Amino acid sequence: MPTLSDVLEGKEICICAGSGGVGKTTTSAAIATGMAARGLKVCVLTIDPAKRLADSLGLEELGNEARRVDPALFEKQGVEMKGELWAMMLDAKATFDELIARQAPDEESRDRVLENRIYQQISSALAGSQEYMAMEKLFELHTEGEFDLLVLDTPPTRNALDFLDAPKRLTQFIEGRSMKMFMKPTGLAAKVAGRGTSVVLGVLKRILGFDLLSDLAEFFNAFSGMVEGFQARAKRVDKLLADPGTCFLVVCGPQGEPVNEAVYFHRKLVEAKLPFGGVIVNKVHYPAEELGQGGEDLPAVLTEKLGDDDLARRVAANFSDYQALAERDARNIARLASELHTRGVIRVPYLDEDVHDLAGLAEINRYLFATGKERVAMAAGRA
Amino acid sequence: MRRYSYGGPLFLPAFEIARNCPIPELLDKRLVIVTGKGGVGKTTVAVALGLRAAAEGKRTIVCEVSSQENASRMFDHTEVGFHEVEMEENLWSISIDPDESMREYVLLQLKVRAMRDILFRSRLFNYLAAATPGLKELVTIGKIWELAQLDRKVKKGRKYDLVIVDAPATGHGVGFLETPRTFANIARVGPIHSQAQTLDRFITDHENTGVAIVALPEEMPVNESAALEKDLHEQVGVAVDRIYLNGLYPERFTKPEAAKLEELAGGEDGSVRAAARAALSEQCRARSQRAQLARLRRRVEAPVKTLPFLFEPDLGPEAARRLAKRLS
Repeated sequence: MPTLSDVLEGKEICICAGSGGVGKTTTSAAIATGMAARGLKVCVLTIDPAKRLADSLGLEELGNEARRVDPALFEKQGVEMKGELWAMMLDAKATFDELIARQAPDEESRDRVLENRIYQQISSALAGSQEYMAMEKLFELHTEGEFDLLVLDTPPTRNALDFLDAPKRLTQFIEGRSMKMFMKPTGLAAKVAGRGTSVVLGVLKRILGFDLLSDLAEFFNAFSGMVEGFQARAKRVDKLLADPGTCFLVVCGPQGEPVNEAVYFHRKLVEAKLPFGGVIVNKVHYPAEELGQGGEDLPAVLTEKLGDDDLARRVAANFSDYQALAERDARNIARLASELHTRGVIRVPYLDEDVHDLAGLAEINRYLFATGKERVAMAAGRA
Repeated sequence: MRRYSYGGPLFLPAFEIARNCPIPELLDKRLVIVTGKGGVGKTTVAVALGLRAAAEGKRTIVCEVSSQENASRMFDHTEVGFHEVEMEENLWSISIDPDESMREYVLLQLKVRAMRDILFRSRLFNYLAAATPGLKELVTIGKIWELAQLDRKVKKGRKYDLVIVDAPATGHGVGFLETPRTFANIARVGPIHSQAQTLDRFITDHENTGVAIVALPEEMPVNESAALEKDLHEQVGVAVDRIYLNGLYPERFTKPEAAKLEELAGGEDGSVRAAARAALSEQCRARSQRAQLARLRRRVEAPVKTLPFLFEPDLGPEAARRLAKRLS
């Protein structure tokens, strides 16, 4: 069974995808830490990490650019950094503004877009712009070639797939036929401005109102000079995602819903011919038989060892609750493995403390990069 | 066991205790928005609130907006789609699809059939409907508003006493609720302007609209919930009525007991050792969760209520029913 470092061998991009609340940010940071410890120059791109995680990485004043994490912080946790760990927090609006500034043919069109109210809407997280900008920043950093490996923590979308479509959505948005209808000299933009009288326009004005329509027309007009640049860029982003140097890791939790989402997401990756690297399940309750089980009569032995009837009963009851969750997790993970045709599910146990500091990150990192056997031993407290 | 239970006077100053008596009650409103970070159990809480209201005799509908149909799946219903489907006595469910909402909106706006046909056939309209940022969110909120009207716009529409919305996850959540105001500002006049304004007034009317945040007793969700409450207040202008801290472990073991268990946990392999470790984990989590609960209470304005962690494999209607009894 290949370990995570085998999977990431020679990769330039690692994208962690999954639904919200499954520990993607922590996983991404731990993966980046592990690869940096192995000698690579790694940058993790994250969105809104836990404040304490950010603090412990020294990221509190981070803007839209990468900063190096102090290796001494990791050495205190027993992680020796042979390479470099860099991190940045994405600012979707700033990235979009930068992109417009780069693509605009001149200052006037740049300002027209930046000041347009429809643009301000798009750029402030209403229409999947976070997803698009995450891709955009990834592409930019990859092009600059400063890092051996980029790890992307995808945005917490309603739908884990949104970000995959983001580059395409934007190109469709600006290259669609209707868009052209808008922009040709006799198109809607001109008609709106010139009080056009077509029936559709009349109905649209009635529904949307003149202001909204003219803002839209203005927005499309202002964008027109940038269409080609955007098209070319979005195509290159698509190509980069499908490149064998890219690796998608699916992250999920052990409950039914997150596993369903992971299965669905994997299917979409396969359909889109994107390189799937593996699946990581967080917060797993390891089954008792893996942790070491004797055949003894548990309550009796507990009573004997603890000398407290009531405590023994509560410990046994708690253990049976634990086992019920462990059985659920095992069932869901078996389903996941069979749907994804993989035996290499990486199971990170449900740790005693919730992970939000460097110590927790180092612990997750040890689990992620261990072999399956080592993980079981660690979870059982034997290693 | 219940040291930090709701309303406990341990560290709350007097004015907070007064604030902890919400008036009017959450379920007496016309609309309740359930929001929070992904994976915290919003759907379960939304359904539990729905069950509770239905049990009190209120005709209630739970709306999903993410087209994931988690609520109907909880009741083992096949997908309900854009229909008001009865789940239980007094409890309905709908999955609000923005395209269907847009269609319905146009149908209600344009009484002349020929005009509608022109519009629906127009590629430009279909393109604009898909590409205009925020329009999907706007028509979705429009549909929620429509459901909450006693005088329903939809022909023969059922009258509901209460509409519960399982809102999008944080981040998108604030943007979602801000949409009406944004549109009201962009379209300075005209039908979109006045309708967006109506929707905005509806959302920010604290008499009739309540907001509940669902959180987990962990570092990140607690931080995000505090930030969400602030954003909802400052950006959208709504006050949060309640924060449900979901998945709280019971305190099963005391500190001296844990010390006793440590010995067993370091012993030889076997189920005794595994059981002792599981007990220590539980004790550790229960303790850190209570620290998070205390942090949450310090950082938010709204009263915090706790919901127990349910030790069961899959959360179905029974689990929601049990949670419903714990809601107040």
